[in-house]
Amino acid sequence: MKQELICIVCPSGCRITVEDGQVTDNGCKRGEVYALKEVTNPTRVLTTTVRLTGAEPVRLPVKTERDIPKGLLFSAMRQLDAVTVAAPVRRGDVVLRDVCGTGVSVIACRDVG
Amino acid sequence: MRNVTIIGAGPAGLAAAIAARDAGAHVLLLERAKELGGILNQCIHNGFGLYRFREELTGPEYAGRFIDGLHDIDIRTDTMVLEISSGSVTAVNPKDGLFTVTSDAVILAMGCRERTRGAIGVPGDRPAGVFTAGAAQRYMNIEGLRIGKRAVILGSGDIGLIMARRMTLEGAEVAACVELMPYSSGLNRNIVQCLHDFDIPLYLSHTVTRIIGRSRLEAVEVAEVGPDRKPVPGTEFRIDCDTLLLSVGLIPENELTRAAGIAIDPHTNGPVVYDDMETTQKGVYACGNVVQVHDLVDFVSDEGERAGRAAASGQPEGAYTEVQPGSGVGYVVPQRIRHEGAEDTVTLFFRVRKPCRKGSLVVYDGEREVLRKKRLYMTPGEMEKLPISRELASTAETLTVTMEEDT
Repeated sequence: MKQELICIVCPSGCRITVEDGQVTDNGCKRGEVYALKEVTNPTRVLTTTVRLTGAEPVRLPVKTERDIPKGLLFSAMRQLDAVTVAAPVRRGDVVLRDVCGTGVSVIACRDVG
Repeated sequence: MRNVTIIGAGPAGLAAAIAARDAGAHVLLLERAKELGGILNQCIHNGFGLYRFREELTGPEYAGRFIDGLHDIDIRTDTMVLEISSGSVTAVNPKDGLFTVTSDAVILAMGCRERTRGAIGVPGDRPAGVFTAGAAQRYMNIEGLRIGKRAVILGSGDIGLIMARRMTLEGAEVAACVELMPYSSGLNRNIVQCLHDFDIPLYLSHTVTRIIGRSRLEAVEVAEVGPDRKPVPGTEFRIDCDTLLLSVGLIPENELTRAAGIAIDPHTNGPVVYDDMETTQKGVYACGNVVQVHDLVDFVSDEGERAGRAAASGQPEGAYTEVQPGSGVGYVVPQRIRHEGAEDTVTLFFRVRKPCRKGSLVVYDGEREVLRKKRLYMTPGEMEKLPISRELASTAETLTVTMEEDT
């Protein structure tokens, strides 16, 4: 089966073709990895915010350290809804380990306090 | 030591500050908000810094990388600049009151702001629930507020697309994204990961023709538009929603620039700049979205650094060649290329007027073709970059950049 994808690895947005496990029209190696994953087990990096106490901004921006299965995005959002972080926080601090059993950590994206 | 005053501490101002300091200048950085980083603070999604850091950072992370490098720079936040005139900057803040600083160079890095309902003239009621996408992004990501339960997004620019995903993840329903043009003005990757991922329908060649609601928005009327971009009678349909987000374009914020008498390019609504980012007023430089609305922050930072270096060294004046947009091209930055300069190659930045699958970028000196580059997939949503040698530019009368579609 021939599938045409728009690569989301970087803003270039290459139009990639996947046919029987063969990837063509990809601009880079990362595009090939993305395309194969997209037709088998699509994943995304989740970015959102969690509650923050003890500092001026009330939300702390966070992200999954790596991409997680696309189907788990909403479960991850629910799990993160229960997380509250107290300032000070540094970029890269882990705010939640092993989100939805993926083994992936959710980390802070901003220094606060 | 040269003194450089920078207005705005978003990505352009931060990069300019660091570059100017590294080039030996004493830098004063003025920021209207309480915090550094500008719009990056509310852009919590990832995809920033791929060119610069070879990583996909979120907005706050990208800003953080620059904020970390701000040592030996005089920073004043919560400071509003009121006027710039011949090297003097007048500003006000709660601590210093009204003050004026005089410096050898000023860098304009005020960024841009969103077009509003008033700018596009959507008829109908005036209920609560109609937001610009960026304002909604701030309420949601910085202030932690819920902005609505069921939304329609007008305009498929990147901020609108990003907000479609963001609202969906936060539990709201996004009923539709409506785009006037027959193509999206956002990055392709955002169409995929913000709309396709969540099955949000994109109505191309459609627009919102009426806003309906008493105190809170109740619905919008959407209609198809013809080739003249006018609604086609009889195609109207109603979408119930309590929130309408407008992602209908950005305008460089140039009130200070205009008041200072600096020439504005009608194509960009930003100042006319030389390739070193100097404006038509000696010693005043500009960079980032105040000059042209960028698609990627990486190029904003590059522009900031160019402005910072030039402001710190005080480039000499000299002869220049004008650059102008021709057929198929909306604008070109820089508008002027100096015949003498630090780099041998100057990069022209511009946007094409309509999408093109296969074509060429062609530069003319008058009638004579001087440069031709093939390109696959050009779209107005993405900024085009075309390097040109300074030698070639300096021998030309006027350069005209055009886009030719292969037939």
